[in-house]
Amino acid sequence: MRNYLEFEKEIKNLEEELDSSKNPFDKDGISEVDTAKIEKIQEEINEKLKITYSSLNSWQKTMVARHENRPRANFYIKEIFSDFTLLSGDRLFGEDKSIIAGFGVIENKSVLVLGQEKGEDLNSRMERNFGMMKPEGYRKCIRLMNLANRFRIPVVSFIDTPGAYPGIGAEQRGQAMAIANSIECCMSLKVPNISIIIGEGGSGGAIALASSNKVIMLEHSIYSVISPEGCASILWRDPSKSLEAADAMKLTAKELLNLGIVDEVIDEPLGGAHRDNKEMSKKIKKSILQNLETFKNLSGEEIFNQRKTKFLKIGRDQGFRKPSDALGEQLGYVEPSISKITRFIQERKNLFIGAIIALILAVILTILM
Amino acid sequence: MNWITKFIKPKIKSLFKKKSSDSKDTLWTTCECKNLVYKDDLFNNLSVCPTCGSHHKLTPEERFKIFFDNKEYEVLETPLPKDDPLKFEDTKKYTERLKKAREQTKQSDAILIAHGKLEGTNVTVGAQNFSFIGGSLGAAAGEAFIHGVQHAINNKNPFIFFSCSGGARMQESAVALMQMTRSVLGVNELKKANLPYIVVMTNPTAGGVTASFAGLGDILIGEPKAIIAFAGRRVIQDTVKEELPEEFQTAEFVKEHGGIDLVVERKYLRSTISTLLSILLKKKEAQAISTTDVATFEETVSKTSKAV
Ligand SMILES: [Zn+2]
Repeated sequence: MRNYLEFEKEIKNLEEELDSSKNPFDKDGISEVDTAKIEKIQEEINEKLKITYSSLNSWQKTMVARHENRPRANFYIKEIFSDFTLLSGDRLFGEDKSIIAGFGVIENKSVLVLGQEKGEDLNSRMERNFGMMKPEGYRKCIRLMNLANRFRIPVVSFIDTPGAYPGIGAEQRGQAMAIANSIECCMSLKVPNISIIIGEGGSGGAIALASSNKVIMLEHSIYSVISPEGCASILWRDPSKSLEAADAMKLTAKELLNLGIVDEVIDEPLGGAHRDNKEMSKKIKKSILQNLETFKNLSGEEIFNQRKTKFLKIGRDQGFRKPSDALGEQLGYVEPSISKITRFIQERKNLFIGAIIALILAVILTILM
Repeated sequence: MNWITKFIKPKIKSLFKKKSSDSKDTLWTTCECKNLVYKDDLFNNLSVCPTCGSHHKLTPEERFKIFFDNKEYEVLETPLPKDDPLKFEDTKKYTERLKKAREQTKQSDAILIAHGKLEGTNVTVGAQNFSFIGGSLGAAAGEAFIHGVQHAINNKNPFIFFSCSGGARMQESAVALMQMTRSVLGVNELKKANLPYIVVMTNPTAGGVTASFAGLGDILIGEPKAIIAFAGRRVIQDTVKEELPEEFQTAEFVKEHGGIDLVVERKYLRSTISTLLSILLKKKEAQAISTTDVATFEETVSKTSKAV
């Protein structure tokens, strides 16, 4: 069954009309299928989808990112990788089914695959804990990432989570430290890691794995520090302000690409990934292969440094209000001279304006005299 | 999930409430035990309530004054990224919130870094100011932390951090998330340089701060009754729909569950940390060597180097 979002009413009507035109056993008995009409409706649908999906607002994107029919990690893993071998457990406490983990092959290349999985029906959603990982999930990932590192196997992760699980047991078993350790592990790898945000990149639950050489987002996925609803209820004190919150947080793929937080955006098929999941997985596969290719000739040290430099650069490349030169080699940053100059001028803005005004006054005075 | 969420809000509220009652009578303050405390008495007691032992919040400057030898320290100038990377506005502009926080705290952002001596050992120390937008972690705090780490590495100092934060700063969303990764990068370098990294978790330490640089200390110390958490209490309550034990997420509770090494009263922090540092840095071994006959020592060294 197709599920429609609230802004897809016209598309829903058209698609229903299309279905009934395709069905020759109409209420009036057998009628002829009108090919011309079908084509016309289909064109109309495509046009509507194009317009609607090219101008989604941040809250509509959030709904698409969470769409019930949106393809999830389990689907992509089956489509993209061969010989996938599911591996379980953190060897300490348990097996977290909200994260699918295992080794697989993509075009003859070995990879470790990690996929946050929300589940597709009520039962599997319960089993997968709606994609909210617990400490044992992060520890399973850490265990396997270290294994991949030993065998020089790249890591590919699919990010799709509302966030890490806020539960009693999760807190008792060190949810915070598990996430911190997962980031630490990601940032220490000497093999490339690539993260693809396929739906919802929810906060600490996402960054725990998305601390990677390449962070890729699907066109209609989202990535933020808190859910729009959560942000709205705290800052606006009104959960109905979700659109405002989603807008303010700049959680869309395009905005995050501009901020340098995301490295690449993969376009989705017409009307979103859920309207053509096979096409979507082909595009993802292509991107994974291209990205792995860029690391092919790099040494472990170079791969490590690429990731480190990339994250250190985030924010710094937008310039400083007040830099500090006392930085050393490990975490230092050399401010580009162009930003030094602009800052120099900005800091002395009033002085410059004053000088210009004085100059103009002087010129006027000379002319008058 | 919504970890920074509902956690900061009540804290900020209570903070403002406290502030407003303070302004009526600046000499006295109320403790959570409902006792009226003379402010000077409180401060002279390291801001620990003389009646109930509750550890009140300290600003970074207050912390530095009671932590460094002879109250002597130098606050470092840390890099300040451009404000408001997302042009964020809710019911109020983020730039206005920043302006107000700066006026209130006289700090440019939530983290302050200083260096000085602890029992004669040079140390680099960082601290978060809860009065600065809930001590939240954004780009400026991330840079300050990284700067502190680099200072420790450049000077071969141990790095000590006093955490006090509701988590990542909502108004910087993904930019704030990036600071989790960036600060962990710093911690990794500190560990590579083999310098001790001690985190004192003060009330509260939550969300993205616990889940990044604060959670990665070589030694984790909690101040008594400090809330140390990932998700906020109310978020958990709403999710699991059951009553949580009173002591849930307190330093003592977290220690019982293996999350931190020690719970240490404020008055013993200096001695505990300096003992730990002296052991990790093998100060006594070094002292013993330096007090033995220098000639024999040099002889041993030259012999060993020949043997090699
Ligand atoms: Zn008291």
